[in-house]
Amino acid sequence: MISYVFLQHYWWMIISLLAGLLVFLMFVQGGQSMIFSLPGNETQKKMLVNAMGRKWEFTFTTLVTFGGAFFASFPLFYATSFGGAYWVWIAILFSFVIQAVAYEYRSKPANVFGQKTFDIFLLINGALGPFLIGTAVATFFTGSNFSLDYMNSVKWGTGWHGLEALLDARNIALGLAVLFLARTNGLLYILNTIDDDDLSARSAKRLIVNAVCFLVFFLFFLVTLMLSAGLTFTSGAPGIVVEHYKYLHNFIQMPAVLIIFLAGVIAVIAGIGITVFQGSRKGIWYTGAGTVVTVFALFLVAGFNNSTFYPSVSDFRSSLTIYNASSSYFTLKTMMYVSFIIPFVAAYIWYAWKAINKSKITSGEMNEEGPLY
Amino acid sequence: MIEHLDMSLVDWSRAQFALTAIYHWIFVPLTLGLSFLIAIMETIYVRTGNEEWKKLTRFWMTLFGINFAIGIATGIILEFEFGTNWSNYSWFVGDIFGAPLAIEGILAFFLESTFVAVMFFGWNKVSKKFHLTSTWLVAVGANLSALWILVANAWMQNPVGMIFNPDTARNEMVSFWAVLFNPVAVDKFLHTIFSGFLLASIFVLGISAWFLLKKREGWMAKRSILIAAIFGLVSSLTVVFTGDNSARTIASVQPVKFAAMEAHYYGSENAGLTAFGVLKKSDKKIGEKEILDFSFRIKIPGFLSIMTGGDKNTYVPGIKDLVYGEEDSRQILSVADKIRQGIFARDVLNDYKRAIMFNDTEQIRVIKKQYFQDKKFMNENFRYFGYASLMKPEDAVPNVALSFYSFHLMVMLGFFFILVFAASVFLVLKGSISKHRWFLWIALLSIPLAYIASEAGWVLTEAGRQPWIIQDLMPVTRGVSQISASSVMTTFILFAILFTALLIAEVSIMLRQIKTGPKHQED
Repeated sequence: MISYVFLQHYWWMIISLLAGLLVFLMFVQGGQSMIFSLPGNETQKKMLVNAMGRKWEFTFTTLVTFGGAFFASFPLFYATSFGGAYWVWIAILFSFVIQAVAYEYRSKPANVFGQKTFDIFLLINGALGPFLIGTAVATFFTGSNFSLDYMNSVKWGTGWHGLEALLDARNIALGLAVLFLARTNGLLYILNTIDDDDLSARSAKRLIVNAVCFLVFFLFFLVTLMLSAGLTFTSGAPGIVVEHYKYLHNFIQMPAVLIIFLAGVIAVIAGIGITVFQGSRKGIWYTGAGTVVTVFALFLVAGFNNSTFYPSVSDFRSSLTIYNASSSYFTLKTMMYVSFIIPFVAAYIWYAWKAINKSKITSGEMNEEGPLY
Repeated sequence: MIEHLDMSLVDWSRAQFALTAIYHWIFVPLTLGLSFLIAIMETIYVRTGNEEWKKLTRFWMTLFGINFAIGIATGIILEFEFGTNWSNYSWFVGDIFGAPLAIEGILAFFLESTFVAVMFFGWNKVSKKFHLTSTWLVAVGANLSALWILVANAWMQNPVGMIFNPDTARNEMVSFWAVLFNPVAVDKFLHTIFSGFLLASIFVLGISAWFLLKKREGWMAKRSILIAAIFGLVSSLTVVFTGDNSARTIASVQPVKFAAMEAHYYGSENAGLTAFGVLKKSDKKIGEKEILDFSFRIKIPGFLSIMTGGDKNTYVPGIKDLVYGEEDSRQILSVADKIRQGIFARDVLNDYKRAIMFNDTEQIRVIKKQYFQDKKFMNENFRYFGYASLMKPEDAVPNVALSFYSFHLMVMLGFFFILVFAASVFLVLKGSISKHRWFLWIALLSIPLAYIASEAGWVLTEAGRQPWIIQDLMPVTRGVSQISASSVMTTFILFAILFTALLIAEVSIMLRQIKTGPKHQED
């Protein structure tokens, strides 16, 4: 017999996995954020755009699925966060909407707004998308100003509706860490998929700066998180209480998660290391896998061990846990069966990805006839 | 519950969702249908090895790509707007509504997004057969995604397979199969995707007709017309069949919507179907609502009764009967009674919540035993939970003129398209289509009509369901997020500007690609 608690944990793991995949796939945004600064000429720019453009839908689809999975498995979070932190989500939406069309339209004839407009759209999405998503995810630890009434209607505590998250240094730090990680992964992906010596040299040079920035902001977030208090759910009264060093305790009390987290961080650094010191072009696979694993572990720390994955700083009792925010037993179980299809989905994605990526993008290809962004 | 309801917030939230949905639906039906048409064309290319077919396929594929991207962009906004603008609704239905959306992501979106990259960029990278398989999988993925979102929408029209949980104050799914095979979902899915096939066929037909009018690309245009006309004819006939089923289901589960779309105010046997009509104001009223009368009408006697019940003696209730009830002879409960039952259910729920707040275990036990474990109470009171929020019985009536005109416009255009497709097949097979320039003009001008018909269908579906966001369970006024009306107004304006700008860009790019034609499309 599958228990309700198991299903709630299972679905939080699925959400965590999707979050990990999303952050990895934001290498597309990372690449876009350098559209004006990295390429040395128009051909290089075209190669960069085509390398990222052939993958943008994966990121987009993962974001949509991430949202859909949250809606299905933890609808109270969906209602509370989206309905409350209105402006943050709207800003994220805008940044992704302009990306979707930018690739398709930028180089097409009769593009009424001009190629530069759509390239700016790519830049905006590339910089704002990862930063805002990182900032929004940081509130899973630092909390938001909301309360829920007895019918679970959300009331947001400030008129800023989510933008106040930008006033917390920890949120900003995670936002910037995600942005620089996306840029680092973007550079590693360019090195892996584009065959152009000059662009490769430029990418390798920028890799160190972006990787260092990522590590600084990530470490700042991590250290402050370990020193921060968090909220713990207890089954008896008063229900939710403050626990000092909550997330440090979570790591200690869940050693498996700590090992996964450390393995992820090591893989991220290893990927950067082999690229910088050995000139390898396969760093994306280590850093990419490390990104997935690290984010996965961070989400587990946010949701497991009786944590509140969406803490309310104004009304502790309104804080969301995987227990009070989840769908019913029946729905979670039904969706669990559906989730068994995920390995098959992953398998065909891998197959199609390899088929498209088997030959590297070259400047010659940019001058051939054929579908290009 | 929302204590102080700001109606301007509700109106702006509705306007924003309607705006997004209308824009989204400009692009989606073309994706649904054109994906299959491309797959058919590429299949012919792979089987014949004729390079002309490849050019033809790639031409339509380019147009598909331009349209596809903006469809995706507007789609993500719809998904997120459930949360941002309708958070109370999201919580109330998330247990049911979220599941199809999640399945849509896992099952359909990844299929679509994975193979669309192979479809566009894999021509010289993968084998012909793998490429063809990818094209077919994109078509299947696109239509599968339509299935799940329509299942979710159908649940809003006819909530089934769930039970109200007073502890969480929301509906919870008890039968996934009941939700999936909801009669509204089956009808809606088939009707919607075939209407998408119809629209895409008109699109291909119209553009091909333009080439013939310009005396260009004759080979490609005639073959495209033949494929589109056959595909369109089959699709349009299926649309009629599924539309008929759909109307019968609406008559059963949303009788007020059915009465509104026929402007049928007074119930009768041998009720006639309006084939064409023009409404006008009258001096009669239902409560404070004016009754509309016909200034002109072509009526098919008895057909509305036959359509709903199979024979002309079937009684078809009108709006007045459904609002004020006919308990004596027809067993139709009045809206006033439903409001009373809904208020009773809401009061019981409030008492229960209060008992929980004060940890009054005895009161909790009594309410559970007396009410929540009583099937009669759950069926007769919670079924009408949403009515507790209506101010007066007449509020249960949607906008009659909007429902009537959107329905009749859609139906009339549907029959017109059948004629266009049938004539196209006939003229192409006869080999004389290029000579009938008047017909080519009709085919070309049918393109905007297909979009109008398609949008009209959704206007009927959504506006006809009002005042409900979930039929009988939750009015739109109760589903809205508690944010300021000015915030929503601002985002409405931003979205309106963005969507319009993107639409202008899309149309401009598409027109250029069409002008360039299949032979020089990559120049």
